[in-house]
Parts: sequence; C-alpha cells; structure tokens
Amino acid sequence: MGAETGAGRLWPLGALAVAFMALAPQVLQLFTIINLTTAIALALLGLSLGLIWGYGGILCFGQTVFFGLGAYAYAVAAQNFGDTSTAVLVAIAVGAAFAALLGYFMFFGRVSDVYLGAITLTVTLVFFSLIRRTSGPEYKIGDALLGGFNGTSAPPLTLPWDSAAILFPNQLFYVAMSALTLSYFGCVWLTRSRFGRVCAAVRENETRAELLGYDARLYKLGLFTIGGGLAGLAGVLMANGVGRVTPDLFGLPYAAQAIIWVIVGGRGTLIGPILGAFGIFYLNSWLGSQQLVNLNVVLGLVLIVFVLLLPQGLAPTAMDLAARAMRGRGRARRRRRPRRALAAEPAE
Amino acid sequence: MDLFLALALQIVYGVSNLALISLGLAIIFGMMRVINLAHGEFIMLGGYTVIVATSHGVNLWFAMLVLAPLVVGLVGVIVERVLIRHLYGRMIDTLLATWGLSLFLIGAVTTIFGPQTTTTISPPIGAVQIGGYGSSGYELFLILITLAAVAGVYAVLRLTKLGLVARATMQRPDMASALGVSTSQVYMLTFGFGSAVAGLAGGLLAPITGVVPTVGAIYIAKAFITVISGGAAILAGTLSASSLLGVVNGVISYATGPTLGEVALLLTAIVIIRIMPQGITGRFFRKSL
Amino acid sequence: MARARSRTRRETVVETRNLSMRFGGVTANDDVNFRLEAGELRCLIGPNGAGKSTFFKCLTGQLKPTEGVVTIRGVDMTGADPHQVAQLGVGVKTQVPNVFDGLSVRENIWLAARRAHGAERAERLTAETLERVRLGDIRARAVGALAHGQRQWVELGMVMAAEPWLVLLDEPAAGMTDEETVFTAELIREINRTASLIVVEHDMNFIRAIAGRVTVFHRGAILMEGPMDEVSADPTVRDVYLGHKH
Repeated sequence: MGAETGAGRLWPLGALAVAFMALAPQVLQLFTIINLTTAIALALLGLSLGLIWGYGGILCFGQTVFFGLGAYAYAVAAQNFGDTSTAVLVAIAVGAAFAALLGYFMFFGRVSDVYLGAITLTVTLVFFSLIRRTSGPEYKIGDALLGGFNGTSAPPLTLPWDSAAILFPNQLFYVAMSALTLSYFGCVWLTRSRFGRVCAAVRENETRAELLGYDARLYKLGLFTIGGGLAGLAGVLMANGVGRVTPDLFGLPYAAQAIIWVIVGGRGTLIGPILGAFGIFYLNSWLGSQQLVNLNVVLGLVLIVFVLLLPQGLAPTAMDLAARAMRGRGRARRRRRPRRALAAEPAE
Repeated sequence: MDLFLALALQIVYGVSNLALISLGLAIIFGMMRVINLAHGEFIMLGGYTVIVATSHGVNLWFAMLVLAPLVVGLVGVIVERVLIRHLYGRMIDTLLATWGLSLFLIGAVTTIFGPQTTTTISPPIGAVQIGGYGSSGYELFLILITLAAVAGVYAVLRLTKLGLVARATMQRPDMASALGVSTSQVYMLTFGFGSAVAGLAGGLLAPITGVVPTVGAIYIAKAFITVISGGAAILAGTLSASSLLGVVNGVISYATGPTLGEVALLLTAIVIIRIMPQGITGRFFRKSL
Repeated sequence: MARARSRTRRETVVETRNLSMRFGGVTANDDVNFRLEAGELRCLIGPNGAGKSTFFKCLTGQLKPTEGVVTIRGVDMTGADPHQVAQLGVGVKTQVPNVFDGLSVRENIWLAARRAHGAERAERLTAETLERVRLGDIRARAVGALAHGQRQWVELGMVMAAEPWLVLLDEPAAGMTDEETVFTAELIREINRTASLIVVEHDMNFIRAIAGRVTVFHRGAILMEGPMDEVSADPTVRDVYLGHKH
C-alpha cells in the first residue's frame, strides 16, 4: 500500500543515522559515547512501544517487562555460555516468547484498553518484586547468580567469531546505533506491509476488520510478539550500556517513561518515540546535574501538558506544520489531508 | 486454635487493608469511569497531612480522621477542576494524565519534604493479647474503621440526596441535566469524595507504613488491580475483589513470605480479569452498588 | 407460480433452523426457520424490536444464538466468529457505519480486497471499486472526515471489493438523502448480479426500489414471507408494521 507514501523522505533519515554513527565517536568524549549507548537502548524500547501502541492500538503499560526479561536473559545466557552472540538471540527470543504468551492470554480473552493496561503494568511489577527477592545463593540459573536487589553483571558483547574480543565502548555504540537504525527501518517496512496495514485497521475498528475476515486477535498477537522481541533487544543494549542488570529495569519509573516518550514523540509515528526517548534521557541528565527542579515534577508536567494540549505529540505536529508551511509557499500540490490520516499512514 | 485465630485475624486485616486502599479509587471508577492513577499519591498526601499536622501539635486522631480526608478531598476537587474535567469520556487520556499527576506529586512532595521523612508516628493503640499470641490493636482498629468507611460510603450513596443524584447522573448524564442537576458539580463532588476516602486511608496507614514520597507506588498497583477485577459496582466490587485477593495474599504470605503473597495476589487478579473482562461485578451482583 | 418452482431447484445458501436468541429474560428471536436461495435478494422488515438486527447478527457471527443452527452453503456456522463467516466469502455491512476512520478511502477498500486476493488483483479491484462507488476523487481523504452518505458507500465498497457471493446489509440507506438512496439502491442491484443478498431495511420505498422478496419479523419470529406487494397488502402485516410506521 504505502510504497508511494513518502519513501523518498526515508533516505535522508538513513543517511543522517549513518553520518551520526561515523562522526559521534570522533567528536564526542568516551563518557558521552557510553551514555549514548544507554540512550539508544531506551530509544529502542520506545520504538517497540510506539510500534504496538501507535500501530496496533495496544496500550501496554508494562513494555518494561520484555525489556527487563531481555536484559536478564542476555546477562544469564552470556554468563553461562560465554558467547554473547547466542545470548543476544536468547534475549530477543525470551522477549518475544513472553510477549506471545502474555498476548495470547490477553487477546484471546478479549482483554483490551484499561484492562490490558492493568494487566501489563501488574505483570512488570510482579517481575520487579520477584527478582528483587532473588538475593540468596540459591537463586541461580546455571552459573549466573540473580543477585536480587543488586542485580547481576552483564558481560560486554564480544565479536561473534571471537569470544575473547570484547567490544570497546565505541564499537558498542556502533552496534547499538546499527541495531536501532535497522529496527527502525524494519518497523517502517512492517507498518507498510499488508500485515502492518491490517494491524492499523484493527486499531481503527476491530469489528470491521473481523467482518472483513481478518482475525484481529492473531494480528495483535503477532504485533505484540514483534514488540516484545524488540524490547528484548533493547534490554540487551541496556545491559551493555550499564554493565549490570537490576530489578529496576522492570520498575514503575521506566514503565512510566516509556509511555511518556511515545506521548511526547507522537502516537502513530515511529520516529517520534525514538526522539522522545533521547529528549527525555538528556533532559533527565541535564536536570540531574542542575539540581533545579525535581525530575518527576518535570516529567509529570510534560505528560499532563501533552495529553491535554498536544495529544498528537511532537512528530505529527511538526509534520503538520511543515506541510502547512509548504502550502503557504503557494505550492498547493495536494489537498491537505486531515490530521488523523496523516497520523495513521506511515508518515516517516 | 489460637494460631488459627491469629491467622484468620491477619487475613481479615489483609482484606480490610486492600478494601481501604481501593475504596476511594473504586468510588471514582464506579461513578465516573475514570481511573485515577495518582490514587497512590493521594494516599501519600493523606499520610503527609497527618505528619505535618501532628508535628504542629494537632491531635493525632483529629489529623487522621478529619484533616487527612479534608485536605486530600480538597486536592481532589482542585484536580478535577483543573485536569479531569477536560478529559471526560476519554478514559485512556485520563489514565495518562493522572499518571502524569502521580509523577508530579511525587516530585513536588520530594522537593518540599525531601526524599525521606524523619518524623514517624507510632500507632496510637498498643498490642492486644489473643490467647498466646500478641496482635496489633491498631490493626484491629483499622478493620473496624474500614467497615465503618464502607458503611459510610453505602449510606452516602443510598441515603443522601447527593448519592441519589450522583447515581442518577452517572447512569444518564443527559437525563440528570434535564432535571436541572449540574452534572459538572456532581462529578466534581464525586471526585472530591473519592479523593477524601483515599486521604482517610493515607492518614490511617501512615503510622504503619511510614511516609515517603514514593509510598504511593506500593498502593497503586494493588488498588488499581483490585478495582479493575472488582468491576464497576463500587462496594460489591471492592468487597468481593478485596476478599478474594486478600485471602489469597494472606494464605500465600503465611505459607511462603510476604513477597510471594503479593505476587500471588497480582497473579490472581490477572486471572480474574482474563476470565471476567468486566470484573467480578460485571458477571455477578450486577445490580448492586 | 412458475418462479417459485424454478426457485426450488436452486441451492440454499443461508438456512437457520429453530434459531432462538435470548438476552437474560428477553427473547429477541424465537424459533426462526429461514431459508435463502442462491441469487435471491431478500429484505427483512419489521417494527423496531422485532428481532431483525439480532437475527442479522446471529448470521454474521457477532452473536451466538442461544439455540438452533445457522448454516451457510451447507456449512454449520453456528457460533462461528465474524472473521470465519467473512472468510467463507460473505460480505457484511453493519447498521452504524463501520469503517476505518483514521485510514484513507482507498486504503479502506484495499484492506477488503487484499484479504482474499493477491497484491495485484487487490490493486485492480480497489481501483474498480472506487469507480463503482464513485469515490475515486476523494480516495486519499480520511474516512473519518467524510459525510455520512459517503461513509456508507465506503462500507458498501468494502463489501463489494471482497467479491463476496453472499452479502448481508443492515440498513444500508439509513440516514441518506433521497438522491443518495437512489444510488445505493442501484449499487445493491448491481451487487445482486453476482451475489445473494439479505437486506435489513425500514424504508418501504427503498425496498420497492430494490424489488426483493420480503420476510416480515414480528416479536422475534417470522410473521410471513412473500413478494413486497403481497406482504404490504396483508392485513396482519399492515396491523403490526405498516400501521405503526415511523
């Protein structure tokens, strides 16, 4: 469907990502690069939520559960196998598999909206409580002690063909940035495929989709599973950026922030949640260094203001303004599409 | 026998505790179809009200039973006017906005009082003996006061004119406004009433749990899941869900420790929602309050 | 009666046997035995609350009948999900316009065409359907922004684009202007060239325009069946339905 829609605009974005990847390690300090890897991990988490919420209408309050599971799966597998490439695959598989399980449980029970939010939030908090409790020596998977409140160490990524060759922070940054870029383009492709368009149809009107002969539950399950896999990959990057995995990955603060990234960046876009995550991450560290206002005050106000005044989020609003500016220059090539259509079609 | 009695008492306390922290949220959800995710922070504000008041020499009972609900009820009215009012009929957006409010309140209270409170209040009632086992007198008192709160809410909904008008408005907003009732005012008062009940819970629990800005997180998941699994009927929903979840929590906690008890509670709630997507009262006791 | 004899040789495409639907204590459908033959255009009429829409929803899979059996082309579809009914090649239009508001007109139709067909065929069908429902000019607009009549046509277009052999329409002309109604009737006759139809309808003039056989519902059961003229002349029908015309 969408091959005609704005495909040209994707290339500059890809070029920008590659340029950033090439230049950042030259220009930025090592500390900043390490920090950036963490920000990229969070951006990927944001992308995964943006995909399932924006394109599937699945309001998941606990996307962190797949994030945390991915991170733990990576750490445990890497400690056991020594080979981090397998560990990455395990992490993605665990995130996707748990999403499939939870999704089957919810979608085939026709759980939706607030109830879905309640269940997913609860599940992530269950993991938070459970994993905090695993501090004793009896809580180990293979060689890996789970470590309770303090978490467990995450061995850094190595070269796939040489498990002794640990990646340097710069190389880790390349890996993270590539993972994010590829995931993003993968998601764009997905949302323009038949599968993605049907998911959007299910989001718009589940009854109608069913009356056309699409099994809405299966499409939601598929999208949710993909989102879980992506969040699992985000967990791998997070584990590498921080070097440890802790129960906090499952906690309320990350769960809330993921929602905020998507709201601020824009529901129904894929670039929005990524930019939202970066923006909030740096706002976060800036506020941390300033000691001016409490972070939660700012985050709370941001969320309220966006829900009340700018429910579209920044990315669609910016695109809307840009479109208006184009017309303002007298180039009324096409009739202005209503905003909802803009948000719904793959606009990146 | 004494052990059994002590265990039973512990479970009853767990049930009443769950009912107490959920009741305010249930009132707002049942009457307005609004989920207030800042509910945990409303409870937290109730606790801080008691701390501040008692440190200024106010009588503890007065602070817990009168000041905490009053202050938080007022906060609720303000929040309804400033925020919730703009979002009626948009359930998801309300959820998101109140999540924002929750973060804001955590941040604001941290800014004012710091991340920890040094002031602690000790429970005003000492231990009582049941056979060979000591039991907290204050917990017994909390069970009684929860019963009183439930009865009070029932009385307000069933007997007062406000309750009648509120129930009518919630069911048929168009009809009520045709009768000359200001829907807007009813919503405001209802939200205030629910918030006041949350404040009462916060005040009463302050001596037991202590008060820190992030204490709301402990309550919100439990209250949210209790209300959702209870369904739309305020009292029947809260009572049935708290009983079921409280017993599960109590038994599992007794057998394995508090963490697993909590996990069992949450998992049971998830299963309830999966089996009964409209909550317990969506299937049973439909006509009840 | 030559027509009736020839009809008996045709295939039965929809049949219900002893279908009943109860909600709590309310009986919406009571022992309905219904048959539709291939190529037929059948209108379901009856006063509000007669059970037409409930019956319709039992056919589409939106409701599971309390008792009785629904078969579509000989296949037992009792209690099937809507998507399973649709996958047989059944097109459904519900009472309230049921469309994808946030998506464009073209995409709405494409989603219907693409379900059963490959990419190329779907593209072609989409283009054809857009012309047939005369929405080609506004194909890029979001359906949510369209006028009521246009939204109804989008939905009809979605039904047509899937190339169904059986079509179920619930009040396709509701809320339309006279002019729009005429075009809708035209579309329905066009659909009938390749598909059997069941149309739930209130509007007598509209039923005359599409000229179908009529089944009258009353208190959840079938009161009588026959050509429109015969039915509208019947004193009982006049009493329960035409007498209380809205």
